[in-house]
Amino acid sequence: MTRRFDLRRMGIALSAPVLAILVAVIVTSTILVVAGDPVGEVWGTILSVPRPRVIVAIINAAIVYYISAVAVAIGFRMNLFNIGVDGQYRIAAFAAAVVAGEGWLPGPLNILLGLVVAMLAGGLWAGIAGLLKVYRGVSEVISTIMLNAIATVLVAFLLRKAAPQTGSNIVSTQPIPEGSRVGGLPLIPGVSREVYGLVFLAVLIGVLYWFVLGKTRFGFDLRATGRSESAAVASGVKVKRMVLLSMILSGVVAGLVGMPLLFGQDYAYGTTFQPGLGFAGIAIALLGRNHPVGIVFAAFLWAFLDQQSNALQITAGVSDRLVLIIQGVIVLSVVIAYEVIRRLNVRIEQRRVAQALAEQAATVKEGAPA
Amino acid sequence: MRHATKVAAVIAAAALGLAACGSSETPDTTPGAGGTGTGAPAAGEQIKVGMAYDVGGRGDQSFNDAAAAGLDKAKAELNIDSKEAVAQNGEAESAREERLQQLIDADYTNIVAVGFAYAQSVAKVAAENPDVKFALIDSTDAKGANIENVTFAEHEGSFLVGAAAALKTKTNVIGFVGGVETPLIKKFEAGYIAGAKAVKPDIEIKVQYLTQPPDFSGFGDVAKGKAAAEGMYQANADIVYHAAGGSGGGVFQAAKAANKLAIGVDSDQALTADEAVRDVILTSMIKKVDVGVYDFIKSISDDKFAAGEKSFDLEAGGVDYSTTGGKIDDIKAQLDEFKQKIISGEITVPTTP
Repeated sequence: MTRRFDLRRMGIALSAPVLAILVAVIVTSTILVVAGDPVGEVWGTILSVPRPRVIVAIINAAIVYYISAVAVAIGFRMNLFNIGVDGQYRIAAFAAAVVAGEGWLPGPLNILLGLVVAMLAGGLWAGIAGLLKVYRGVSEVISTIMLNAIATVLVAFLLRKAAPQTGSNIVSTQPIPEGSRVGGLPLIPGVSREVYGLVFLAVLIGVLYWFVLGKTRFGFDLRATGRSESAAVASGVKVKRMVLLSMILSGVVAGLVGMPLLFGQDYAYGTTFQPGLGFAGIAIALLGRNHPVGIVFAAFLWAFLDQQSNALQITAGVSDRLVLIIQGVIVLSVVIAYEVIRRLNVRIEQRRVAQALAEQAATVKEGAPA
Repeated sequence: MRHATKVAAVIAAAALGLAACGSSETPDTTPGAGGTGTGAPAAGEQIKVGMAYDVGGRGDQSFNDAAAAGLDKAKAELNIDSKEAVAQNGEAESAREERLQQLIDADYTNIVAVGFAYAQSVAKVAAENPDVKFALIDSTDAKGANIENVTFAEHEGSFLVGAAAALKTKTNVIGFVGGVETPLIKKFEAGYIAGAKAVKPDIEIKVQYLTQPPDFSGFGDVAKGKAAAEGMYQANADIVYHAAGGSGGGVFQAAKAANKLAIGVDSDQALTADEAVRDVILTSMIKKVDVGVYDFIKSISDDKFAAGEKSFDLEAGGVDYSTTGGKIDDIKAQLDEFKQKIISGEITVPTTP
């Protein structure tokens, strides 16, 4: 384990995301050329310096993506594929919006209540999938997908009961009282848009994720179970309990995904509340390798691509859906690139060991006659 | 070791992110590459129109196409430079705001926001850009000194096709398929039921909505439309009216398969629907979004823009029924009688069922 060796490993690891993004650029450019679209203008738009207004939008999108990706990553570390973050955050945001909209508690206390309700709702919804897995052996992939569909219908059903009948076409819950809204931070001067005040929530979640998984007994048990269940059992970990707990924990964090939006932008849950954040979280967690800091960069990359692509229709005449191709290819290539580089690494290692052994054997032979 | 790998990954992603931010020229406001009248010697000043479509955009054979037709008409008559952008299903509120703002940044300072989904974003962007004029179609949720709310009396038009269905039914059972259960689509249902009952008080009307908000897939799901209509035809209905946007194609397919009739919506669908199913379309409730869009652009051109609600009702010719196909020629006199009664105020059509 020399320092030089670590650097070499680092170089190899660096090459995976670089490779992935290169592949994404090549694939996307090829598609553009085949479709007869202006390649130069597309990249010119996506890679242009974002306007201050757009920078705020990128930061805001990244905040929400980050929380979503951490929720997914908690499951990943335990070898649980929680596809249900999408349903969990929508159920939670709806529940929090209803409770906070009532305004039972004054000011900041109401915000706190909203957050707690969201965590409870998210945890409970994820807990269903956890219980099904532990006691009935139902794959969490299947159950969480189904629970997503149920969440959609359930929220639609309840929303109609909860929404005041105003005759407006935008159906939404009672707005949260003014005193319980989280003001934005004017981080970027000269723009009216502000960064979500709940950016602190994302930071806190990141720190807790790093601490609990990396520095506590619970985190060690969780990771151990994720790596090898039998080994974990052998070392006295109650696997069933761990599965249920980590699923619930993933859901608790998922419940918080919609909170910056709810308290900092929409102030109610309605038909225009952003869907699909849970699925973005899966891709971002993969891209960020489940690492608390890696996910930060992945979330920013994702948000950057998302926001920069908004202008595509107007400047380049290309659908902004193009960005989905770019993002999709990046994730796919990252997964492949890591695998390729892992195998390459194994081979290099084998050769190094073989070489060392051969050298050793040679020295022994040379020394023998003497 | 594993740790090193991860740290490296992080740094790589960071480096790329930063590189992406740093290396580039700014193609700031590149005005109107796709414009028509640039430099054309036309009377008056060139008007720059930005169109923000709802999900589906140009080519949806229904709502958005009607709006596009209004723009095309204005383009043919006036000196206009336009830019069009379309919404995506499941996008964030900020994406809608950004779309409007991008159009403004590119100097398209007369914005048509097609569909009620734009209400919140128009309210916000209009307040931030008081010099820009907006037309918001189908919604009065956003008001302002620079916003014209273009609304239509869908219930009045639906009343007429409801009456047509009641006059034409042989089984005394008709149906209504709504795309998404929103107050807007309820207006269609209310008018349709009132119209049918005005002709035959004992008529049976089957009503089904494809999805509930916030699930808006009911406006673009052919399979759902087909399944709903099939059920109605099997339950003895012989005419089904749809207010379901793109899902309506499925209603027509079901009508064709059951050898029954259907009623189209928004455009004259006997002209715009898939050719194979056009012969099942009894009539269509036409909603002249094109007139609304054209009038907005014309008002800018004439310097007569007026903020506030502008309702296109039966009297103003904003809604009507179509006669393409000749299937209702025999009852046209009766329908026109209803039309006159609505216009004169003798009949007041309800807006909620």
